[in-house]
Amino acid sequence: MKPSKAKTVFDVQAIRRDFPILGRQVHGKPLVYLDNAATTQKPRAVIDALVHYYEHQNANIHRAIHTLGEEATAAYEETRAKVSQFINASRPESIVFTRSATEALNLIAYAWGRANVKKGDEIVLTQMEHHSNMVPWQRLAQEVGATIKYIGVSDEGTLDLDGLDDIITEKTKLVSVTQVSNAFGTINVLDKIIAAAHRRGALAVVDGAQSVPHMPVDVQAIDCDFLAFSAHKMLGPTGVGVLYARYELLEEMEPFQSGGEMISRVRLEGASWNDVPWKFEAGTPNIADVIAFGAALDYLSALGMDNVRAHEQELTAYALRRLRQLEDIIIYGPQDTSRRGGVASFNYPDIHAHDVGTILDREGVAIRAGHHCAQPLMRRFDMAGTARASFYIYNTLEEVDALIEGVEKARAFFSHASG
Amino acid sequence: MPLDRDVELDELYREIILDHYRNPRNRGSLDQPNAIGEGDNPLCGDEVRVDLDIRDGRVSDVRFEAKGCSISQASASMMTEAVKGLSLEEVDSLFETFKGMMYGSDEVDVEALGDLEALQGVRKFPVRVKCATLAWNTLQEALEEFGKGRG
Ligand SMILES: Cc1ncc(COP(=O)(O)O)c(C=O)c1O
Repeated sequence: MKPSKAKTVFDVQAIRRDFPILGRQVHGKPLVYLDNAATTQKPRAVIDALVHYYEHQNANIHRAIHTLGEEATAAYEETRAKVSQFINASRPESIVFTRSATEALNLIAYAWGRANVKKGDEIVLTQMEHHSNMVPWQRLAQEVGATIKYIGVSDEGTLDLDGLDDIITEKTKLVSVTQVSNAFGTINVLDKIIAAAHRRGALAVVDGAQSVPHMPVDVQAIDCDFLAFSAHKMLGPTGVGVLYARYELLEEMEPFQSGGEMISRVRLEGASWNDVPWKFEAGTPNIADVIAFGAALDYLSALGMDNVRAHEQELTAYALRRLRQLEDIIIYGPQDTSRRGGVASFNYPDIHAHDVGTILDREGVAIRAGHHCAQPLMRRFDMAGTARASFYIYNTLEEVDALIEGVEKARAFFSHASG
Repeated sequence: MPLDRDVELDELYREIILDHYRNPRNRGSLDQPNAIGEGDNPLCGDEVRVDLDIRDGRVSDVRFEAKGCSISQASASMMTEAVKGLSLEEVDSLFETFKGMMYGSDEVDVEALGDLEALQGVRKFPVRVKCATLAWNTLQEALEEFGKGRG
């Protein structure tokens, strides 16, 4: 990574002009959008791609013998190829489109989990998982009589890998870990965990919802068996998720949902399945949004994911430095930004994150306040939630200043009001 | 630090609300409650517990424990003050009036709410309305359970 180079090629003001929503005001102040871990804004290119599809290509895919259908099919499949390249999959057929990262994780739990996880088996997760990477496994475990074990979290908000060999054992069938914590921003070092899983013959699932949008991710280098992420967290439209899986796994697996598109032949007596990956895409998929997601991938690829990461790291380092100067504030997660994504998660001991969030909103600053769908992690730190600012390509150092000013205002408001 | 006044924000965080937040009334638990409610706001993880001692159809004593924002804590504190000593029918009707105010009904007699009227400013912040109603919903669940136990 070369941050010095990044600063010269990364023209934030030019990027901002590509995002129409960044021109709007909130409560009379310029919008400062720092809730990117929840969802990102969309560049003009993505919005245009949606409109272009509906105005010029709208047709159902895969079965049409007419021109529109052919064009739509080609555009849809082109996005699959782009996704494959983006995460360095060995072939586009390893990419399954879903509705969201959540649906991708559920697909694994249903289609792979129910066939392969048996009574007495173990599933390993971590204490910092998003509910989407926890609840599907809890349900699976409950149904088949398997057990879930959790890798713990240190006070610093990192995974506690001591004793990993006692957690991942020959009973382990599957290990599922987030690459980046959405709550604290912690970047997890996956090699040890994935190697331990493979040594025991278990499969490794990576929740990439907060990593793929923000840094280079190479599924072959990580050596994961599955990876899940969402388009809407990386400039794309809502309603599109990605499941990457090793091709052989997809071939072995039974379908998730069934119906049209996913079959090759249907008789009254039964049906046979379409080829991978279409076997996993039952019904008419979200064609328009998948196609527009292609434009989002183009946008990020043109910037370069190393540059995206470097820009976010610069913002995060600055935000942490400014936050640390505030009296009494508690900051969660590693302070070292090389081990942390573009997230600043913090609390005042005596001001609830909700109250901070409301006051920031009055200043036009959008952050998230709450448990970030990671209640077990919040419990681990004995709190109901945190205030979380999360950055992306269009955020600026001045916006970090606006955040800090707003936080100071919240602090002053409550001490002022107490008289 | 000098603040430029934000009128809606001042309405949300009225002095009386902040006072209840800082100096909660009836905080704690009862030794032998005969009705208990536990509620949470799945949106933000806020939690409330309400202990009630119900005698002769009246709330003879009430306590609450809460983990949450200023609005949810103040609302719980104000609620306990408001319902203490009321008959269960009066609690019901007060809750109806309170809900009416929070959800913007025009026919609400705000006067009847006493101090609770201070929570009116929350209406301008729709995402916070759930914070203000959490304790009330929890109270209602406790009373329903209590009613079932009787019936
Ligand atoms: C780490 C992580 N995993 C999974 C998800 C679920 O993503 P989606 O809601 O798009 O399915 C999120 C979204 O917040 C997330 O941050």
